[in-house]
Amino acid sequence: MTSQVSSPAGPQSGSEEGPDSGRDAERKEVRRLDRVIIRFAGDSGDGMQLTGDRFTSETASFGNDLSTLPNFPAEIRAPAGTLPGVSSFQLHFADHDILTPGDAPDVLVAMNPAALKANIADVPRGAEIIVNTDEFTKRAMAKVGYDSSPLEDGSLDGYSVHQVPLTTLTVEALKGFDLGRKEAGRSKNMFALGLLSWMYHRPTEQTEAFLRSKFAKKPDIAEANITAFRAGWNFGETTEDFAVSYEVAPASSAFPPGTYRNISGNLALSYGLVAASQQSDLPLYLGSYPITPASDVLHELSKHKNFGVRSFQAEDEIAGIGAALGAAFGGSLAVTTTSGPGVALKSETIGLAVSLELPLIIVDIQRGGPSTGLPTKTEQADLLQAMYGRNGEAPVPIVAPATPADCFTAALDAARIALTYRTPVFLLSDGYLANGSEPWRIPDVAELPDLRVQFAAGPNHELADGTEVFWPYKRDPQTLARPWAVPGTPGLEHRIGGIEKQDGTGNISYDPANHDFMVRTRQAKVDGIEVPDIEVSDPGGNAKVLVLGWGSTYGPITAAVRRIRKGGDEIAQAHLRHLNPFPRNLGEVLRGYEKVIVPEMNLGQLATLVRARYLVDAQSFTQVRGLPFKAEQLATALKEALAHG
Amino acid sequence: MAETSPGLTQETAPGTPAGAPVSEALSLVPRAVGKQSMKDFKSDQEVRWCPGCGDYAVLAAVQGFMPELGLAKENIVFVSGIGCSSRFPYYMNTYGMHSIHGRAPAIATGLATSRRDLSVWVVTGDGDALSIGGNHLIHALRRNVNLKILLFNNRIYGLTKGQYSPTSESGKITKSTPMGSLDTPFNPVSLALGAEASFVARTVDSDRKHLTGVLRAAADHPGSALVEIYQNCNIFNDGAFEVLKDKQQAQEAVIPLEHGQPIRFGAPAEDGLGSKGVVRDPATGDLRIVDVREEGTDRVLVHDAQAASPTTAFALSRLADPTTLHHTPIGVLRDVRRPVYDDEMAGQLERAVEQNGKGDLSALLHGNDTWTVVG
Repeated sequence: MTSQVSSPAGPQSGSEEGPDSGRDAERKEVRRLDRVIIRFAGDSGDGMQLTGDRFTSETASFGNDLSTLPNFPAEIRAPAGTLPGVSSFQLHFADHDILTPGDAPDVLVAMNPAALKANIADVPRGAEIIVNTDEFTKRAMAKVGYDSSPLEDGSLDGYSVHQVPLTTLTVEALKGFDLGRKEAGRSKNMFALGLLSWMYHRPTEQTEAFLRSKFAKKPDIAEANITAFRAGWNFGETTEDFAVSYEVAPASSAFPPGTYRNISGNLALSYGLVAASQQSDLPLYLGSYPITPASDVLHELSKHKNFGVRSFQAEDEIAGIGAALGAAFGGSLAVTTTSGPGVALKSETIGLAVSLELPLIIVDIQRGGPSTGLPTKTEQADLLQAMYGRNGEAPVPIVAPATPADCFTAALDAARIALTYRTPVFLLSDGYLANGSEPWRIPDVAELPDLRVQFAAGPNHELADGTEVFWPYKRDPQTLARPWAVPGTPGLEHRIGGIEKQDGTGNISYDPANHDFMVRTRQAKVDGIEVPDIEVSDPGGNAKVLVLGWGSTYGPITAAVRRIRKGGDEIAQAHLRHLNPFPRNLGEVLRGYEKVIVPEMNLGQLATLVRARYLVDAQSFTQVRGLPFKAEQLATALKEALAHG
Repeated sequence: MAETSPGLTQETAPGTPAGAPVSEALSLVPRAVGKQSMKDFKSDQEVRWCPGCGDYAVLAAVQGFMPELGLAKENIVFVSGIGCSSRFPYYMNTYGMHSIHGRAPAIATGLATSRRDLSVWVVTGDGDALSIGGNHLIHALRRNVNLKILLFNNRIYGLTKGQYSPTSESGKITKSTPMGSLDTPFNPVSLALGAEASFVARTVDSDRKHLTGVLRAAADHPGSALVEIYQNCNIFNDGAFEVLKDKQQAQEAVIPLEHGQPIRFGAPAEDGLGSKGVVRDPATGDLRIVDVREEGTDRVLVHDAQAASPTTAFALSRLADPTTLHHTPIGVLRDVRRPVYDDEMAGQLERAVEQNGKGDLSALLHGNDTWTVVG
């Protein structure tokens, strides 16, 4: 399905009862907004993630810029109606280019008292709150500690509250279906989606098509959901309670020309890996073990067997990377996907890959730690684990995407390094990038980098007596990469292993001087990897403070920097894609500013690295709340740094 | 003996017909051009096991047996873990990887499932395979990945200098168990049968002929093959298998298994076969050993390695006394056909192409919901 931004699709229903955007415009006031933040919140069984996803798709196809933040508990179905069971989905969309899922919602949809209680602190006065009054029973309210009803006791006086009996209205709308009250009530999320779609003039045809295809085997359920969806739309249009609807124009000028889609980080990363396989002309082999929030990459790659992708769900994390490494030996583009605890288990095999000098991509979708930590929440605290978390001197390059869509390019870059330098590479994403989404300009396949490699085909060394031999550790003088000789190549039979090897021959060697040489050579190979210089944004050229970030903090940092510049202050910004090796010019850049601030979702891991490496007094600004930074909070911190410059 | 499986022609070995018949297990592996000898499989590396180690005998048997397979040696890969036996790949002039402790089956799984044109062998020990790598071993077996796993069992940790292993007998006095080990040992054959292995055999390092025969059967088997090789560590556990090697004692201790033959052992009876036989106890369903001179030969079990159910093979494996090794079955306990993981995985890839066409990257990246921004 393709739509043109210039002609936003209205609801496309032929039926008399169906939504009709023509009429509401005449009868009701329409206000134009430049941006809106909506948060859907309910029980983990209420379908809030699906609702958010659908609203996002409608918004993407309408042509707004957008950014999303799903936030859900680790429990699949936490006890109903409790605070720990609340699942939410925040969406920020605008008529201009935006960078974050937004700090504070303008609209909160609360499907029950728990959802209201868990989220109200984030909602500023004056915002709109839509509550499902059916769920505000005495018992449900008592369960989350409401002594009196917040809908009646005046505690929501500062808000614009819409009290809607969502369940009752949904059940009423589905009277014609052969469904019990409980079953019919399940469609209340689609009723809510319909209502919000009316409020914000979202195109609806894709949602209807989506429901038809999702419930293709149960057409009754599909129709029930579509009916509930339309009923929600009609409710908005007809009821007095909703007097105003809003328009947020497409962000046409924010986007360069091209074809766009909405994409989450894990999907972009998966596509990046498939693209790397195509561009390198090597079969993709994924060895993986399920772990939140990385499993979606395993799921996605498992769907693409027609691209020659072999996905292997192993018995544990160690076997996942082991199988990948075995496939790398055999000439595949090998990948393992995991999160922090999985990296800990894979460490020994990563060390083996360092020693074997075979290409291998290790995808770490970081989550809150230590130990099991916060499985569904985001954090950036695996940087030092990726950098140093192995025995011996075992350097591994590190690549970090900055936004959900950027995961695509970062995956290709990780593949480039792995293949060119014959090394394991860390691709450090995180839970926020993984599940968050944004519009993505789909690249032309012809623009993608050529990643083809040459396997060794014959002898590469001449002995003193003139015999031609193959030396598995004779290096390319430029890249220091060793030859990749895959089994099946006649005459190149060789043995590799984790024991220290003699330079050149690869035979076991315990020689002290050889070990010293090999350790330094492996380090030199990683240090010599070509990465682009870091770019600094310093429009006035007079900034005294530089804010340096890496990974998913790109959005909030950039938003905060814009606010500061809007306020008339100068501040420079730089963002690292490559954390090992650092860009060659990084030291010079850092030393060019009086003050360097490093915001991170850890306790200062990048700051530690740059302080040690460049002897620069980098200051940390940190947060480990399992959530991305808020732009406002960062802006305040940066302002303080400017003031105390 | 199909030379190629239907639908897999593009991966079929070129020039297959020369020489020996090709087993189904090896049908995708290219054949050697010209005649091979044992020498072709010896690497230029000096063998560094202790003098007198049982590993030498196994190495010689494997190097001597390889030419028989007639495979291009560049398509043979030995993968090992850590331990004395895991140095094995360095001595084979094939492709090889000496990996990390316990992980060889996992690494070999990735190699075998991505490259069906390779003959992949895993060399491991009792500590490597059954302690630190126990998980990978059982999962490789249940999946039936096309791997030939040679488990060198010396019932001791050699490379770390003499601690007890998961196959050491209970009460074993070692450096780490001065008052005797408290562990109950694994019986690797029982374990493999419990893990759904499709091929399980046991042999002894010193019996070259038997060892070679078992290796041949393993190589011919499509899917995972576990071969337990009793191997003497003359430094830390010398004579551990003497009871099975000494002619006199072996007669009573070893139960030789041959498919289709009655399970008889011990001093010869009048019919020339062993005077003891294995029968099923009608009361318990378990197996027991009887004197055929007293109870006759009618009820003696005929060994069926191809039985669909592994229960009798398992019962046979339990006859061995874990401490004295009396009544240890030697030979192929189980050899059954079931789908091979590598083939199934390749089959899914082919089916995906049949159903959805070959992947189109541009179409994938576009998906179903796009919009266009016009400049």
